[in-house]
Amino acid sequence: MDNNKSWIDQRFPLTKVWNEHLAEYYTPRNFNFWYFFGSLAMLVLVMQIVTGIFLTMHFKPDSANAFASVEYIMRDVDWGWLIRYLHSTGASAFFIVIYLHMYRGLLYGSYKAPRELIWILGMVLYIALMAEAFMGYVLPWGQMSYWGAQVIISLFGSVPFIGPDLLTWILGDYAVGDPALNRFFSLHVIALPLILVVLVFLHIVALHTVGSNNPDGVEIKKNKDKDGIPKDGIPFHPYYSVKDIVGVVVFLMLFSAVVFFAPAMNGYFLEHANFIEANPLKTPDHIAPLWYLTPFYSVLRAIPPMFGSQFPGVVGMFAALLILLALPWLDRSKVKSIRYRSWPYKVALGIFVVSFIVLGWLGMQPVTPINALLARVFTAAYFGFFILMPWFTSIGKTKEVPARVTE
Amino acid sequence: MKKLLKTTLSVLAGLAISFNVLAAAAVTLDSANTDIRDQKSLQNGAKLFMNYCSGCHSIAFMRYNRIGKDLNISDADVEKNLMFSGDKIGETITSSMSKTGAEKWFGTTPPDLSLVSRSKGVDWIYTYLHGFYKDESRPFGVNNKILVNASMPDVLWELKQNKSAEDFDQDVRDITNFLDYVGEPAKLVRVDLGYKVLAFLFVLFILSYLLKKEYWKDVKYGKWRAKD
Repeated sequence: MDNNKSWIDQRFPLTKVWNEHLAEYYTPRNFNFWYFFGSLAMLVLVMQIVTGIFLTMHFKPDSANAFASVEYIMRDVDWGWLIRYLHSTGASAFFIVIYLHMYRGLLYGSYKAPRELIWILGMVLYIALMAEAFMGYVLPWGQMSYWGAQVIISLFGSVPFIGPDLLTWILGDYAVGDPALNRFFSLHVIALPLILVVLVFLHIVALHTVGSNNPDGVEIKKNKDKDGIPKDGIPFHPYYSVKDIVGVVVFLMLFSAVVFFAPAMNGYFLEHANFIEANPLKTPDHIAPLWYLTPFYSVLRAIPPMFGSQFPGVVGMFAALLILLALPWLDRSKVKSIRYRSWPYKVALGIFVVSFIVLGWLGMQPVTPINALLARVFTAAYFGFFILMPWFTSIGKTKEVPARVTE
Repeated sequence: MKKLLKTTLSVLAGLAISFNVLAAAAVTLDSANTDIRDQKSLQNGAKLFMNYCSGCHSIAFMRYNRIGKDLNISDADVEKNLMFSGDKIGETITSSMSKTGAEKWFGTTPPDLSLVSRSKGVDWIYTYLHGFYKDESRPFGVNNKILVNASMPDVLWELKQNKSAEDFDQDVRDITNFLDYVGEPAKLVRVDLGYKVLAFLFVLFILSYLLKKEYWKDVKYGKWRAKD
């Protein structure tokens, strides 16, 4: 065994990589519940890729056959229904896990120096994931796939001057149709997954360069023993690998409960109207994107057209996403963790979370005067969190941060 | 930390509840109260569907022999009792009505019902089938409570007239149940498999938790460093 190992090590840094990233990667000992979601996101990514490979074997990326091929998978392919539900539930689970993972970053200031690049890579991952999910949702070619795509893609048509040409270029046609389905399929199964995998790799390399943050926001590398090992660190493997296994099993229990007992989640994971084949002549009464895109859809609808153009709304929607990239520089607080932050940050974070959830809910609802007003109020609150951040993170009294992590 | 988690969760729960209250309203549907495990009901539903509905409505994603296999009906019985259009047993159940004819007679093509239980829900089907009432202004003399100005005639009127109210209600329920099965044949095995998967994961949870606890004793007593 050892002979084999050294044979490989002379040719490939196997032991070195294993030690640097697992056996001798020192991780803060005080991780809590919120620290499960990084590894869970990787689990879901792998699951999506594996189930996706099998779905691709049976799916027909052709507007005349796509819908029927999904039903063929559900009925005639052995275990096809399970593979498809794992994939469709996996999409929603991915976003649940990612939203909790990002919220963890907000709670403990994980984006602050020296981890800005981890945050930025993570944000690019998140945007790529949204594109991946959106294109995947078009593939079953149901009514919501079709009309959702029609609405979202038409946004590009509102770009001044080049809009209409841009739209035709994206769609390969004048409306969503077979060419769009084909290219979305290509992007969904090869281009975006490749980008996602590369970005995950970079995200982890950046993380392992600076080391993990923790619920106290204490830099464990500042306190090393004579061997140069952080006093508050423990090797990732075996301690966090065995702990993450527990997280994985609990996650799989919740996930299986959805897959086996409520795979459509009453229309939230698989929309009812998507069980009707796409029909370009019949607009559904109510078009809404899937739940994980709705906060941004709400922002889009909240901003009124100006000079007869929807473009300001589109800009607002993308600004709502891109402003997250600036977070490391907007936060002026001396402390990282919410445990030691001043009260204005706690209040602001609470308002932000409520705004995000309410915007998400509003995005699924039809527009009514009261909904439109609410969407505007909460859009303002959403942007307010970022714009006012330099101010509210520099006022109020922060608590003393301990030198070492707490139990 | 616990407090933070608790507050977060209670805020989320509070929001979820208030959303549900807001989301309720609109048309009230009667509860279909069907049971996909009730094989007799599914068999009766299949018989009624093939006799009363399949003349106009296809269930094009469903195969005759799949129904036979899932509902425990032999191929011979399926051919004798459920197949009227000269199809072969492995074929999908299409309607024999021509599209142009349908448009001439009903003003529209009767929709395929393979997935109606998934797009509309079982309660909708049940309420719809019960929802016909007399309305002389309509071409077939009937209108529908929940699908106003439906093009469909009240095909079950004969059953409604000749049977007791309970028996007729059971028939409507059985058709609904059958369509629920047609919408997702995997539903017959999905739930049972789910219990097995959860039982397996529960055992795995106990084992993985004990494993974690054993390893983390080292962390607690600072022993992990005593490797040399």
